[in-house]
Amino acid sequence: MKLTLKIWRQESPEDKGRLVSYEMDGVAEDTSFLELLDILNQRLIKKGEHPVTFDHDCREGICGSCGFMISGIAHGPQKLTTTCQLFMRQFKDGDTIVAEPFRSRAFPVIKDLVVDRSALDKIVQAGGFISARTGSGPDGNAIPISKEKADRSMDAAACIGCGACVAACPNGSAMLFTAAKISHLGLLPQGQPERKQRALRMVAKMQELGFGACSNHGECEAVCPKGISIDFIARLNRDYMVASALETVEPVKKV
Amino acid sequence: MDLNSKVPSGPIEKKWEKHRFDMKLVNPSNKRKYKIIVVGTGLAGGAAAASLGQLGYEVEAFCYQDSARRAHSIAAQGGINAAKNYQNDGDSVFRLFYDTVKGGDFRSREANVYRLAEVSNGIIDQCVALGVPFAREYSGYLANRSFGGAQVSRTFYARGQTGQQLLLGAYAALSREVALGSVKMFPRHEMLELVVIDGHAKGIVVRDMVTGTISSHVADTVILATGGYSNVFYLSTNAKGCNTTAIWRAHRKGALFANPCYTQIHPTCIPVAGEHQSKLTLMSESLRNDGRVWVPKKAGDQRKPWEIPEDDRDYYLERIYPSYGNLAPRDVSSRAAKRMCDEGRGVGPGGRGVYLDLFDAMDRLGRDVIAARYGNLFEMYERITGEDPWKWPMRIYPAVHYTMGGLWVDYNLMSNLDGLHVLGEANFSDHGANRLGASALMQGLADGYFVIPYTIADYLTKVKPGSRPSVDHPAFKEAEREVEARTKKLLSIGGTKTVDEFHKELGQVMWEYVGMGRNEAGLKTALQKIPQIRERFWKEVRVPGSGADLNQELEKAGRVADFLEMGELLAYDALMRDESCGAHFREEHQTPDGEALRNDEKYAYVAAWEYKGEGKSPELHKEPLEFENVHLAQRSYK
Ligand SMILES: Cc1cc2nc3c(=O)[nH]c(=O)nc-3n(C[C@H](O)[C@H](O)[C@H](O)COP(=O)(O)OP(=O)(O)OC[C@H]3O[C@@H](n4cnc5c(N)ncnc54)[C@H](O)[C@@H]3O)c2cc1C
Ligand code: FES
Repeated sequence: MKLTLKIWRQESPEDKGRLVSYEMDGVAEDTSFLELLDILNQRLIKKGEHPVTFDHDCREGICGSCGFMISGIAHGPQKLTTTCQLFMRQFKDGDTIVAEPFRSRAFPVIKDLVVDRSALDKIVQAGGFISARTGSGPDGNAIPISKEKADRSMDAAACIGCGACVAACPNGSAMLFTAAKISHLGLLPQGQPERKQRALRMVAKMQELGFGACSNHGECEAVCPKGISIDFIARLNRDYMVASALETVEPVKKV
Repeated sequence: MDLNSKVPSGPIEKKWEKHRFDMKLVNPSNKRKYKIIVVGTGLAGGAAAASLGQLGYEVEAFCYQDSARRAHSIAAQGGINAAKNYQNDGDSVFRLFYDTVKGGDFRSREANVYRLAEVSNGIIDQCVALGVPFAREYSGYLANRSFGGAQVSRTFYARGQTGQQLLLGAYAALSREVALGSVKMFPRHEMLELVVIDGHAKGIVVRDMVTGTISSHVADTVILATGGYSNVFYLSTNAKGCNTTAIWRAHRKGALFANPCYTQIHPTCIPVAGEHQSKLTLMSESLRNDGRVWVPKKAGDQRKPWEIPEDDRDYYLERIYPSYGNLAPRDVSSRAAKRMCDEGRGVGPGGRGVYLDLFDAMDRLGRDVIAARYGNLFEMYERITGEDPWKWPMRIYPAVHYTMGGLWVDYNLMSNLDGLHVLGEANFSDHGANRLGASALMQGLADGYFVIPYTIADYLTKVKPGSRPSVDHPAFKEAEREVEARTKKLLSIGGTKTVDEFHKELGQVMWEYVGMGRNEAGLKTALQKIPQIRERFWKEVRVPGSGADLNQELEKAGRVADFLEMGELLAYDALMRDESCGAHFREEHQTPDGEALRNDEKYAYVAAWEYKGEGKSPELHKEPLEFENVHLAQRSYK
């Protein structure tokens, strides 16, 4: 296959950045998108140019490291697929493909296609946990959990924290990410004691970090490589409403 | 050198309990005076950092990814073992211990393995408490599945994402400590040197991967939990960033490297598609429950699989291992696949693949059943290969997957270097020459949640609070200079070949001569070739850019430089271990039906290698292994 790649090149956070075109020839269909960048980078290095910088690690769709906008869609055209699992057979000979970093106020660009997503960690630090000291748990079977609840919790827990939902949202909201964490823990009996504070703290942190509000566009669900359902956002909203009627946000305390 | 394993006395089932009582405790008000560095936030490091932060120590944790949640533990699919015996099928701590020692082909330390089995149950409790959504039965109780090498059902799982869920549990606990300020987290930081002062590990030198700043971090003790070194083979199932740098740097500073040649090869991976391939993907072994493995009988048979009639197919696992058939153990089936391909009977591009055929099972059980069992695996396979497993039998091939070797540690998980602790896949301790499925996650969490919090306290009682050196100590300055010089050197070579080219070249040598089957001549060839590649690397590599910002080629170059040294030690260890055991298969030593043939008289020891300087042969130290509770026997799964 022959392809034209237009890639966002930006040397540093201060640099203005620009799209640069690269012609790719003889691309095999079973090359992954990241492998295509590998091939390009080998070529660039040999020519004495700077290779394209992009985040990646597992290359099997689970670590959440990879991800950028591919012709305007976070992670590209294939549904339920991370960038590392996107193969060139999804494109046609002669296609022009544009690769740009995830764009969002809360995700500043570091270099080329790499952005700083540490804001997502901060949301989890605000309350995305159950405070169970090591060694304090009762027997694993002490509290039965219905299969249905456990499965639903797992549906939410499947989030890989890639940030595609934020990048796809016109408001740059992290609601799907936050809702997934809140639902994963809130569906389990172990998550109940801190449920209200969790919602208050995580939502407050999200706002503080510059993520936008949710206005139900649904773009997040459409690009989520793990198919996290937007229904979880409704759940988060309910939790948040109940919590704000009853409590105010408190700082995390030692157990 | 005195290799004291510090295994406590007494009967095996009392050792850990007795030791926990004998070990000293740190006074609660003194804990905050001690600083602990944890490198790595996978299951082992993440669990350790969170638990130590909770106890009140000052913790600094480091990882090279942009978030602690992305450590390679995230990719584990199958599950985690524990001796809960919830199935009432005869499991017990002793049985898990026994299976693990036997699975490791009698090359692990009994006392460590027993403790691992003993704390396994607490891990499940802890994970449930943290909100890990394990699979459940309709009753609401925890579900189990079976895994290779065991006759009981003791594996806990969360769909095909067990590692992810366990890691997210540890990451959540860690995040809480970060919020409280007891753990300071340094993502996108790579450890490039260990600092040892008067024989004590006192800190590390790291590079901030975004700004390029090289800085020192001082502590009272250092923990390395930096994962395995499978990427020395270039292609493996590990994440691209997995490396040996942290442990290799520690090795160069005096930490012994134990059993580097014990590397595990997984039989069911998606085969290599071509030159551009950057990593290999594992397909769950569970497929072998219903799949039949075959190749054409005739070499070079180019027909489509469905054009090949039954009579022209060789279901070789069923033929060679009639009683275990398609479920023969990992190492045995991997080697058989290689033999078939070596005979020219491999299928797919490049002839490096065998069929894993589920069509008989589809006929027998119906497509619905197969879809329910393996639907998501079929999807994954199709996404990667573009072939529809409902029409074509899948193609599989073995791939490097896990490394049992690692830094030598004693019963307290401390290396021979005082104050250097090593956890998880980075140490050598529990799996002997072969790891059983679902036991690595167990070991990582055992080390992090339930072993190190106790043993490190005992260590710290011997360190005077407030006695740690300052970052201005000459040893830190010297280490920083070394790192800077190395970085500069890499950037200044300006050759014509890329880092990847060297990495691939090394990988080919490792796979060809130090891979699934090893022999004296091949190993000697590898030992000749690796130093040559290394020499050319330092003359011909081109690392573009500068050291002052995010430079992924520079990161890779440093890692490959270390692989080029560690690969040689791996091959050397494989040559010196003139027996077969577990995953280490020396072709000279096999039973008539191709099983690994151990030599207990000569090789029932841990080979712990001491670094003697560049260009010098490493020195071997032996820790003899004694088996008092499990009788040495020929491992047989027939
Ligand atoms: C595809 C796959 C599937 C698997 N499935 C299973 C399974 O089902 N069951 C099972 O029990 N085991 C499984 N394993 C094995 C298991 O996942 C690993 O052995 C285990 O997770 C390793 O955990 P760890 O904490 O030791 O290391 P890792 O999770 O690899 O973590 C290493 C950490 O060290 C950091 N690090 C590394 N080098 C440096 C450095 N130089 N500087 C700073 N930080 C550094 C990394 O950032 C990371 O945080 C599987 C492995 C693979 C590859
Ligand atoms: S690289 Fe891990 S999800 Fe893509």
